[in-house]
Amino acid sequence: MIEFNLDRGSGVSTYLQLVHQVRQALRLGTLRPGDQLPTAREVVESLAINPNTVLKAYRELEREGLVEGRPGMGTFVRQGIAGATLAEHTRLRRGLEAWVRDARVAGLDQEDLRALFNVVLADAAKEGVA
Amino acid sequence: MSPALEATGLGVRFRRTWVLRDCSLSVPTGRVAALVGPNGAGKTTIMHTAVGLLRPALGSVRVAGEAAFVAQDKPLYDSFTVAEMLAFGRRMNTRWDDTAAAGRLAGLGIPLERKVGGLSGGQQAQVAVTLALACRPDLLVLDEPLANLDPLARHDVMRSIMAEVAGRELTVLLSSHVVSDLEETCDWLIVLNGGRLQVSGDIEELLDGHLVLTGPDGASAAGTQVVGASRTGRQVSMLVRGAPPLDPRWQARRPGLEELVMGYLRSPESAALPGLTGVGA
Repeated sequence: MIEFNLDRGSGVSTYLQLVHQVRQALRLGTLRPGDQLPTAREVVESLAINPNTVLKAYRELEREGLVEGRPGMGTFVRQGIAGATLAEHTRLRRGLEAWVRDARVAGLDQEDLRALFNVVLADAAKEGVA
Repeated sequence: MSPALEATGLGVRFRRTWVLRDCSLSVPTGRVAALVGPNGAGKTTIMHTAVGLLRPALGSVRVAGEAAFVAQDKPLYDSFTVAEMLAFGRRMNTRWDDTAAAGRLAGLGIPLERKVGGLSGGQQAQVAVTLALACRPDLLVLDEPLANLDPLARHDVMRSIMAEVAGRELTVLLSSHVVSDLEETCDWLIVLNGGRLQVSGDIEELLDGHLVLTGPDGASAAGTQVVGASRTGRQVSMLVRGAPPLDPRWQARRPGLEELVMGYLRSPESAALPGLTGVGA
């Protein structure tokens, strides 16, 4: 089971936060195929958010093939997210650490780093790489 | 989907003053609509007209099904116990779900034998909402339901209203002048300003359709519709509608609900209404 929480100051829309949290739980294995997501009513009663927001998030996850709604029963996880393997994670992390050290030496601070990373990420998304 | 609430060319006049002018809007079924605007904008007037407490001088308003209304000064009798309040509601209404009301109060931990005057502000608000819901309305109209409540009580009241919306087909229209209270709970926005309708629409669509631009004075915003702008030294910041401008000196981001509302309230001549392509008078 997953318990949602909201970062109200993040600027990320509520439904996207719910989508991200389910994806993250699938990546980490805290949600597995067959697991049930909380009902819209349960989410709404704990977070005081609009039920349509929850339904929208679940529809998005359904569209991605990650979950399926079973009429009268609820929403269930269909498949996990097959991300990079642990070994690849470690390798990429080493590379990123080296890049951060390099950037520090070049005089960039935390904020510069984050801005640069976000720009590259956004450009990659635009070109359809990430 | 058919609208739960529809107003056409609504005009309301108190003696010689028009408090609501040429107001046309429609709220789809199952939505939670936020009615916002400064004091005296006509929020309470539009609510009174919707539930039939006030007859418009011009135009018409139509509710699909039954409406229940909770006025701002919670309509409860302090000397009544909660049980007596329920009995009162039962006798005053033809449609009345006593089991649901009693169950709801038990779930909230509000004792039936307690006098209403002895309840906390949050509990009184919950009792008033419970009484309105016991009429099994299709449209629940709440005038400033969160006024005078502490943050915890506000959260609790909204939680129970949202749970009700999740449970059945219920449309809610609620007013507030604290926009941050409505950010997560409402999915439809109605902005009233000086008796005129400025904005009416789906909140996500409205936020997706607007941008906050920040850039140097003189940058071209051609291609967008400017809702409002403010200048600080050489920097301009504005709320616009439409696609991002081509000028690369602009930084663009999606507005928050509060920014969108404030942007319109500061520019009373701007409007974002269905059927209107242009912004501004």
